[in-house]
Amino acid sequence: MRNNNVFSRLARGQLLSLTQEKIVFLLAVLLFAVFSFSLTGFASVDNLLGLLYNVSVLGVLGLAMALVVIGRGIDLSLIATMAISVAWSLTLIRDGVSIEAALLYGMLMALGIGIINGWLIAYAEIPALFCTLAMGTLVYGFGRIALIPVDVVYMPADPGWFGALGQGELFGIPAPVIVFVLLSVVATLVLRYTRFGRYTYYMGDNYQAARITGVPTRPMLVMQYGVTALIGFAAGLVTAASVDSMNTRIVNSTMIYDVILVVVLGGIGLSGGKGGVRNVIVGTLLIGILLNGMTIMNIEYTVQNFIKGAILLAALIFDSLINPRDEQTAQQGDI
Amino acid sequence: MKNKARTLIASAVAVACLSGNALADDKPLAGKTLAFVPTSLGYDLTDGWYNMLKKELEPEGLEIIVRDPNWSTATGAQALVSLISQKPDILMVQNPDVQSYARLLRRAENEGIPVLQINMRSSVETTAFVGADWVGIGKAMAESAVASCGDGSGGSGKISLVQGPLTSASSVYQMQGINEVLEGRDDIRVVSSQAANWDPSQARAITDTVLKQHADLCAVIDFWDGQAVGSAAAIRRQRGGEDVLLITNGGTEQTAACDNIANGTFDKYMTYNVREQSTDIAELVRKILTEDIRPGGERLDRTTAVRVIDADNLRDDSCWKLSDYK
Repeated sequence: MRNNNVFSRLARGQLLSLTQEKIVFLLAVLLFAVFSFSLTGFASVDNLLGLLYNVSVLGVLGLAMALVVIGRGIDLSLIATMAISVAWSLTLIRDGVSIEAALLYGMLMALGIGIINGWLIAYAEIPALFCTLAMGTLVYGFGRIALIPVDVVYMPADPGWFGALGQGELFGIPAPVIVFVLLSVVATLVLRYTRFGRYTYYMGDNYQAARITGVPTRPMLVMQYGVTALIGFAAGLVTAASVDSMNTRIVNSTMIYDVILVVVLGGIGLSGGKGGVRNVIVGTLLIGILLNGMTIMNIEYTVQNFIKGAILLAALIFDSLINPRDEQTAQQGDI
Repeated sequence: MKNKARTLIASAVAVACLSGNALADDKPLAGKTLAFVPTSLGYDLTDGWYNMLKKELEPEGLEIIVRDPNWSTATGAQALVSLISQKPDILMVQNPDVQSYARLLRRAENEGIPVLQINMRSSVETTAFVGADWVGIGKAMAESAVASCGDGSGGSGKISLVQGPLTSASSVYQMQGINEVLEGRDDIRVVSSQAANWDPSQARAITDTVLKQHADLCAVIDFWDGQAVGSAAAIRRQRGGEDVLLITNGGTEQTAACDNIANGTFDKYMTYNVREQSTDIAELVRKILTEDIRPGGERLDRTTAVRVIDADNLRDDSCWKLSDYK
């Protein structure tokens, strides 16, 4: 403990050390500064709130993904779970089921998918990557065949309080941003101060050791994937409320990679056991600033992709130069 | 004994033939097969064509098989290859773009299978085509924007385009139509042209940002109704749905189109009528199969007219309902 004061840390270079999270954060601040000076209207409160609104769903999905990634897993079925469970809820509402009941059914469906994912990974010992990849296709297929008649399901004419989730605001702050902030706070508290949170880190760091020391790893896995699916459902509700519809075609899009990107970019390694909510927020902010600035500049989409890719690669290269992997930091199973 | 058996069999065959003939009169398309390769089943256009055709032609004895590639051009091409070797009596294809299926369609025709293309022309001409063209839709949307925002309209002339994926042919052709109309015009300024990838959330984010940058934006042209609900949400949130014109297009299904025109979500809706198209398709299929039209012979062509639906000309029967056919 004695060695841990500011001076000794400075001497060891720890205080100045740049983690990936810090690099990405600095990059975000830099871009923010550049856009604020060069783009009229970028730094207005109105535009910044819009910026946050535009990435809040991505942020919420990032939180969901972060939970399983910290536990050294991954959930590729997240978008399918979100789209199909919410689209089914909307279909039920259109068919005359009450809003509350329909949302409850959708939520139970999402939870069910998450629990099955967790069970297959924990007890059948299928690698998370393949299990959730297959589950995503299965859920989408089943949903489109049996539950949802068309690929875009529209909100009913009078969605009541449900609609406020997308269009409403509190003290001028749009509801989706509030949802993201609230979920971030809850996720931080859970990860830091609950047994569930600590166990998740233990499992991500060393699954076998966690198991031997008495962590109930299998029930934990089931819970992790269940909670992830539930957060996904919440993200879907916000999406549906903000665009008055749920478009199931997003399952075929690259959205799942964007979510993984936010998580990895923020500095949560895919090898597990590292990172937290702050990383997700930093990653989300960088993407949000980039997208907003490039839209204002009306940059062509292909060029946007190029710039996005270049900046991400730069962040990763910078990180690997400053924090090189070695035998101590690398883990077996690093992706 | 042997003779008796022979007579029995012969008479049985005769009866079977006779009843078969009687059946053929009743069902002129009996024994014929139509194979359908859409871009993907499960959205209003393709579900509309498929279910309407089933309703119309199956009672006449036609067997309809469908191979659903779910938006994958590669899967669609594989489906075509296997269908060509199965030799259906007619092949109905909704091209994802002008090039991808061109060689396969030529091969099918060379092997004697007539090909009917719907809603998207391939670079190869085949026996029949039914459909609207995307360039025409693009033109109609741009003309509508010019009328409401250009010189003499009192509008600012500023418009924003929300495209589909840049790899999607329908989006590219719509863009081409828009460019043809806007070329050389000084009164219209495209302040933003972005791709939203058929995702309403992305359309919402783009339109939201553009509206904040351009307080006097006159119109948003969104390339697909399923995506345009996102643009509409952004307009409603910032402008209460007033002032900014939202122009879009789609397959005119009740919940996707008319409900949204009626409640003010869409201002101008460019449409080709799926019902009309299905009638055209059914007619051409009948003609090809009964008159035995072979590839390389007569070319049949039905272009669907592009219409504009808005709150003023909206009628109860302007749209078709998927639930009536499923």
